Amino acid sequence: MVERNPILDTFTHALLIISLIALLIPFWIVFVAASHDFHTVNQVPMPLWPGSHFFENISTAWVQGNFSRVMLNSMIVAVGVTGGKILIASLSAFSIVYFNYRLRTLMFWLIFITLMLPLEVRIVPTYAVAADVLRPYREILNLFGLSIGLPEWNMLNSYSGLILPLIATATGTFLYRQFFLTVPDELTEAAKMDGSGPIRFFLEVLLPLSKTNMAALATIMFVWSWNQYLWPLLIITDQAHYATATMQLQKVVPGPVFGDPPIWNIAMASNLIVLTPPVLVTILLQRWFVRGLISTDK
Amino acid sequence: MEKRATFSNLWLAAAFIAPQMLLIFTFFYWPTGEALYWAVSLEAPFGGSNEWVGWLNFQTVFSDPKYWDSVRVSLLFALSSTALSLGIAVLLALFVDRRLAGHQVYKFTFFLPYALAAPAVGLAFRFIFSPDAGFVSAVNRIWPGLWNPAFNGNDAFIMIVLAQAWMMVGYNFIFFLAALQSIPRTVSEAGAMDGAGVLRRMWDIQLPLITPTLFFLIVINITDSFVNSFGIVDITTGGGPARATEVMVYKIYFDGFRGKDYSLAAAQSIVLMLLIIALTFIQFRFIERRVHYS
Repeated sequence: MVERNPILDTFTHALLIISLIALLIPFWIVFVAASHDFHTVNQVPMPLWPGSHFFENISTAWVQGNFSRVMLNSMIVAVGVTGGKILIASLSAFSIVYFNYRLRTLMFWLIFITLMLPLEVRIVPTYAVAADVLRPYREILNLFGLSIGLPEWNMLNSYSGLILPLIATATGTFLYRQFFLTVPDELTEAAKMDGSGPIRFFLEVLLPLSKTNMAALATIMFVWSWNQYLWPLLIITDQAHYATATMQLQKVVPGPVFGDPPIWNIAMASNLIVLTPPVLVTILLQRWFVRGLISTDK
Repeated sequence: MEKRATFSNLWLAAAFIAPQMLLIFTFFYWPTGEALYWAVSLEAPFGGSNEWVGWLNFQTVFSDPKYWDSVRVSLLFALSSTALSLGIAVLLALFVDRRLAGHQVYKFTFFLPYALAAPAVGLAFRFIFSPDAGFVSAVNRIWPGLWNPAFNGNDAFIMIVLAQAWMMVGYNFIFFLAALQSIPRTVSEAGAMDGAGVLRRMWDIQLPLITPTLFFLIVINITDSFVNSFGIVDITTGGGPARATEVMVYKIYFDGFRGKDYSLAAAQSIVLMLLIIALTFIQFRFIERRVHYS
């Protein structure tokens, strides 16, 4: 930039290119392993150039892992979480920022605190709630001596169980709040002067303005929910109907039979199938993804 | 900061915020409260309500050497993977920020590993570092038995650290690069005028200016290594060999769902929660001091 420094420039290029290769090698190895037959992939040292069995392996892995079904499930979960999160986050941020009521600071903090504890650390009790969602309310009613028979609602083995607990965090709400606070007051005043109510203002002024935020949040949430692993693993026992793509990876790791060589080419083909959607999303929507990462700050 | 122009329809305000509050009450506050309750009570052997036992569950947990093993493994894992991935990421960001020809390419590729699911990373690394097939197995050809994560705890630990660090490098890189790019060019140029070379400017100007980001990333990385490591550990080692890679989240999962001991799992969860809350508080302190130069 400021001065010429050919030696350092060469070093910079060398460092960056070597790092690039080192960072991408795992992707390459997965791809190469997915393209050989069973015998070749188990050779030591393994071949470093792709073989000719790629599509064969992918289709074997696709059938074995029941991917037609599980990819659809993962897609439903990812779209559900993304859509639900955007809807709920934008609505609650709108309520906190644009309405003047006493409890709103409390509400904000109650939502904000959820950023602290990710699902993984409160996994056991959350599982217990998902097994009987209305139990908290039943116990509260009991506490007041009211025994209204709430029905049992079991979320295990269902899409709602896969989706709803993942939406219950503050990520998006915080992002939307920050954005709404930057929207100039004059806009609100003008809208009110023109006779627009809150719903109309929200739909026709705020939402169009927040498109950028929405795109950023959506890419992040899509990748995040597609990659969920522990939660689906716990609540889905009906594997034939509700298994998600990441869960299938556990089944292709080396089998329990001792001395059986693991079928690495099929395992790596399954891995490729599972990692393709989030990688595609991040590459195609790279701008939004990076923006989302930085603005949600997790 | 408050809005000057607000709406006054309180029913609407309540209706808008209700879905979020319902969700976080059901899936966040109630379970967290329940974890607290379970941690201080024991399930009665023949059903019925739980019995209050105070600190007993914590005493059971703390007197178990296996628990301290998992704490040690988790901390070691957190520190080594964080140090490794932050070190590499800051180096890469500093050199990409020199903006030589082609620097855009790196921006597009370095963060790719972060898009992967933890179990996908785990599976890839399990193959790459497998002792009898894959990439690293070649060293066993030359020195038989040198590398075997299935039997050697150290090898297995190195494997999960590399997997976690690899996954986080891209994330850290993005943040470092954003921080570096928010430093005005004039600062570096002034340094150059005073005769500071490229490396000297990196060390004396750019690095000090991005320390807020560094602190922020340290906390994020440690938290992530506590939380996200489950997928990597579950696929690569299953906590083995001989518990060498059993991190805290994995032990909670194992005691709670395989051992069906909710009370012990809850007590461990509480400890982990406190740890993460402490880290988050540290993070907020540093976020407040985060510097923006733009």
